[in-house]
Amino acid sequence: MANSTTDFDGTNSKGTDGKGVTPITPSYARTPLYEMHLALGAKMVPFAGYEMPVQYGLGVMGEHLHTREKAGLFDVSHMGQAQLFPENADSDVAPVFEALVPGGIISLKEGGIRYTQLTNEAGGILDDLMVTRFGNTLWLVVNAACKNDDFAHIAQSLAGKARLSVENRALLALQGPQAEDVLKQHLPAAADLAFMQACHADYQGENVIISRCGYTGEDGFEISLPNDMAARFAAHLLENDAVEPIGLGARDSLRLEAGLCLYGHDIDTNTTPVEADLMWSVPRRRRESLDFPGAHKVSQQLSQKPARLRVGIRPEGRAPAREGTEIHDMDNNPIGRITSGGFAPTLQAPIAMGYVNADHAAAGTQIQLIIRGKPMMAHITSMPFVEHNYLRTKS
Amino acid sequence: MSKKFTKDHEWISLEGDIARIGITDYAQEQLGDVVFVELPEAGREVAQGNDAAVVESVKAASEVYAPVSGEIIEPNVKLEEEPALVNQDPAEGGWFFTMKVSNPDELNDLMDEAAYADYLKELG
Repeated sequence: MANSTTDFDGTNSKGTDGKGVTPITPSYARTPLYEMHLALGAKMVPFAGYEMPVQYGLGVMGEHLHTREKAGLFDVSHMGQAQLFPENADSDVAPVFEALVPGGIISLKEGGIRYTQLTNEAGGILDDLMVTRFGNTLWLVVNAACKNDDFAHIAQSLAGKARLSVENRALLALQGPQAEDVLKQHLPAAADLAFMQACHADYQGENVIISRCGYTGEDGFEISLPNDMAARFAAHLLENDAVEPIGLGARDSLRLEAGLCLYGHDIDTNTTPVEADLMWSVPRRRRESLDFPGAHKVSQQLSQKPARLRVGIRPEGRAPAREGTEIHDMDNNPIGRITSGGFAPTLQAPIAMGYVNADHAAAGTQIQLIIRGKPMMAHITSMPFVEHNYLRTKS
Repeated sequence: MSKKFTKDHEWISLEGDIARIGITDYAQEQLGDVVFVELPEAGREVAQGNDAAVVESVKAASEVYAPVSGEIIEPNVKLEEEPALVNQDPAEGGWFFTMKVSNPDELNDLMDEAAYADYLKELG
């Protein structure tokens, strides 16, 4: 037996001695929670230059279901965090930053969070990120694998107009229906936040940032805090019976059920926000002003329909269709490829997302997936696969 | 006959010229929750070391290799409905298939229980 697909170390280990996991060398970075992961019995794997927990004792299935039912704690300290200041202290940095993304940034209210993308001149996606307004500054959270490139791109593009301060801090995510109950015992301000809202709070004399958002489709929070208090804070959260530590394995299956993109797989520099079906994150004002990198391409694709679109896919059998699986129409013509695929623990069935020719992108369209050389029936479906459980209103 | 083991963590037990094949407890532990198993059809000829079955967990797909050459006799169709048997009972009820062994000498290449235990210790 040997792994033929591994999602987390970027290597294909088929034909090795069957160990299945690439040996970890000291060249990988560690988060402030590294010792805690080991103490909790995590299986560690290389991911985006870091040694990260792929699963703990509950296993991927158990961790996934626990997060949907109660609350899961994720170490996402590998992600990039930075603060963007206006060069002139009296001005607002939001209009400056808006030039790099198609999202609505100047419209952000105090503490408001926006999901958007950094785009290039061809409309390709350099990364996707979360942007939060605090006063006339912005707080940015970007993907681990892209953070060095992102920060260089932002600093260079906005030189003379804005100053980027990369923040070396820990980032924890607490996700699930019981996340608020747990977090408010330590950070009462968490309970006052609406979905996609953030605030600063004091924790034992240190400044922490609480953001009500996440990557699981559940209600939940991300907490940015100083490295040296991260392990202590995580230990406090884990004292609660509702909280279990969750690894990258379940993080991936949770976000896939929620229909959320994984950068480098579902979106990259070869996909545009139109093709990736992310135009919900581009407000009308930006579609009209067309003043972001690649706007002409986005505008052209909006008026003429893009050649391909990101869609949800439900295989009809039990076989999971993994990343790279070729998609055919019912006449056996290739029409696209799967970019993320696996097994949905909540549905107990395989699910996938991928790109297909736009004329095959309607929900309900029958397709074939070529799995190990054999065609398997599937159909296009709307996403999310599992209903989002975000907090809708907060009085 | 007692079981023999491959470096890829398959087990094989031979009775007469019919062998039963499965994956070891170590293998199922490494895989995590098994959610899908693809089995070979009866009558298919397989060569030693070639792909014979596929086992998938939530996060990855892995191949099960034929420990010896021969003809598939019976796939364990119970695994199609209940793939978790591979986790719960890898050594018995979670077997993958039986095969008619064409060259019993090929079993000499494999490890016995003690050698496999030593091999697992080496893997750490």
